[in-house]
Amino acid sequence: MKELFEYTLRMADDSLILGHRVSEWCGHGPILEEDIALTNIALDLVGQATNLLEYAAVTEGSGRSADDLAFLRFDRDFRNLLLVEQKNGDFAVTLTRQFFFDAFRKPFFEALAQSKDEQLAAIAEKSLKETKYHLKHSSEWMIRLGDGTEESHARVQQAVNDLARFTEELFYMDEVDQKLISEGIAVDLNTIKPIWKAHVDEVFAEANLEMPEIKWPQKGGRQGMHSEHLGYLLAEMQFMQRAYPGMEW
Amino acid sequence: MTDFSGLLKRLTLLFVRKVVHLYKSFSSMKEMDIAELERRFQEKIDKEIKIEPNDWMPEQYRKTLIRQISQHAHSEIVGMLPEGNWITRAPNLRRKAVLLAKVQDEAGHGLYLYSAAETLGADREQTIDDLHSGKAKYSSIFNYPTMTWADMGTIGWLVDGAAIMNQVPLCRCSYGPYARAMVRVCKEESFHQRQGFEIVSKLANGSPEQKAMAQDSLNRWWWPALMMFGPNDDHSPNSALSMKWKIKRSTNDELRQQFVDITVKQAEMIGLTIPDKDLKWNEERQSYDFGEINWEEFNQVISGNGPCNKERVDARRNAKENGAWVREAAMAHAEKRRSRKERA
Amino acid sequence: MSNKEWPLFEVFIRSKQGLNHKHVGSLRAADPDMAIENARDVYTRRSEGVSIWVVESKLITASDPKEADSLFEPADSKVYRHPTFYDVPDGISHM
Repeated sequence: MKELFEYTLRMADDSLILGHRVSEWCGHGPILEEDIALTNIALDLVGQATNLLEYAAVTEGSGRSADDLAFLRFDRDFRNLLLVEQKNGDFAVTLTRQFFFDAFRKPFFEALAQSKDEQLAAIAEKSLKETKYHLKHSSEWMIRLGDGTEESHARVQQAVNDLARFTEELFYMDEVDQKLISEGIAVDLNTIKPIWKAHVDEVFAEANLEMPEIKWPQKGGRQGMHSEHLGYLLAEMQFMQRAYPGMEW
Repeated sequence: MTDFSGLLKRLTLLFVRKVVHLYKSFSSMKEMDIAELERRFQEKIDKEIKIEPNDWMPEQYRKTLIRQISQHAHSEIVGMLPEGNWITRAPNLRRKAVLLAKVQDEAGHGLYLYSAAETLGADREQTIDDLHSGKAKYSSIFNYPTMTWADMGTIGWLVDGAAIMNQVPLCRCSYGPYARAMVRVCKEESFHQRQGFEIVSKLANGSPEQKAMAQDSLNRWWWPALMMFGPNDDHSPNSALSMKWKIKRSTNDELRQQFVDITVKQAEMIGLTIPDKDLKWNEERQSYDFGEINWEEFNQVISGNGPCNKERVDARRNAKENGAWVREAAMAHAEKRRSRKERA
Repeated sequence: MSNKEWPLFEVFIRSKQGLNHKHVGSLRAADPDMAIENARDVYTRRSEGVSIWVVESKLITASDPKEADSLFEPADSKVYRHPTFYDVPDGISHM
């Protein structure tokens, strides 16, 4: 089914691209323990991406594999949120990006675990356990950085200011969602938004952070309209498959 | 009366003996001979009784261990970089996950080892600063660049293979915390070499282009891998003492030979050629003879002049410096929370 | 650079229900909550645990190894604390 493929791909690409970004930290974290924690998150995300892409490949039914979907699609075919492809920046940017995403992903997977599509429900169930931990981790860091030193507060508030414009897109829905919602498969993101907002408000209150006014939200990822960053990310990620077409590794 | 004087004499003698005995035991209590402590220490080692953190140990034993354990820890941490170089370019999802997990393991192993060094009083930050200032050493192999994907295979196969050979005997090292850390490390590393060999054999059995990539990688890494075992035994100044103290169980040359014997056969199995024209089977020794290592190169790389020494140390130093504000923030926040709790 | 190091924590892990927590190593963390999370990431990457304890290393009081003789050897002579001290006639089992 075209819609189910599209829907699954959106989730898969979010995990894949964010997993890729987080994995760039491996070996460069602010302290050994946090290096390991970030790599765990990257591993979870790559694992989710793999499960979702495998399912997407099945629903597409055209013979493309999960790896084909990850490594042989072009920029315009990627369906991830703009938020997740943003560059790592400093630790504050990385954690803020992660926090905005986790705060969405947790209630999203909770709802998706009830999906009538058994495969998606199973993937959501498994991913939910990981995501709960990611959200705890990123929420605690938002509080530490926001309520830490003057410098950390300034940095994390700056990161919030810079990334807030990408958060509207978390709740983007179109006819793909509508069709699958009517079938009891997809999650109505209107129900997720207040949960997301409540958690962000709660954490920001403790962290002394403020959500800026978003004058013009950035969207387009779900239609393959991306920022300039994605091209470079894919050039790197797909290098081997592009340079040596058709080989097994 | 004679009886009485005899008794007196005996009593006096007894008294004197007692005093002498008391004096002796007192002085021995005050400053038990270092020699005696060392004798007891060696006795424990010989009986395979582990030494634990607060036990008495010769200063040289402590120093040797701190040096070895922290070098080992640094090697794990710096070793993350050449492989980390390919995480974002891994050719498929499975390889990407495996490589991430492997590099993460290395961070974990570094951490276990820094922990073990801390039990000897070596503060982790200080130890790490010694790495960044160039004072501390790490395995020379990580100063070579990972140019192609095949290097991910070769590193797992050769470098982890050599590391395992070094590490398995360390699980029985006389120092408890080090031995226990090594047990964990060895258990976790068993998959590292396998995944490496899997990558290389896949290439060796792949297209001509892939096979050439694997052979080129073996050519570049073979000699540095042999150097990992350290200088020849007659040039290894600390070796004898380390053996006596059971910090080490086999000599550098023994381990190197073992590695060559095992690896040559593996290379043959997948149709790759070891880049050593002097390599040949010695029927008498039941071992391979192999060519002379370029020790000048080894010494240069160890002293900081290898192809990537600068990049490796810079990367670690940058990670620490760029993370300083993060660590400070976490501490500041922890303190704020503590004082808020106390006031409440 | 004012660099106050994160304190050292000792980590204890219960590998499965029914077993004691066992010391596995140490790590650095800014606070105990973080120490628990770091312990989870560092010491249970292969599902080695079901429960974690952390305690700041400086809070542990340890016995002095120099006094090991006087602390532990007296117990060596109390063989009657061990079941093998007692004779059980042949044919008696489950004891």
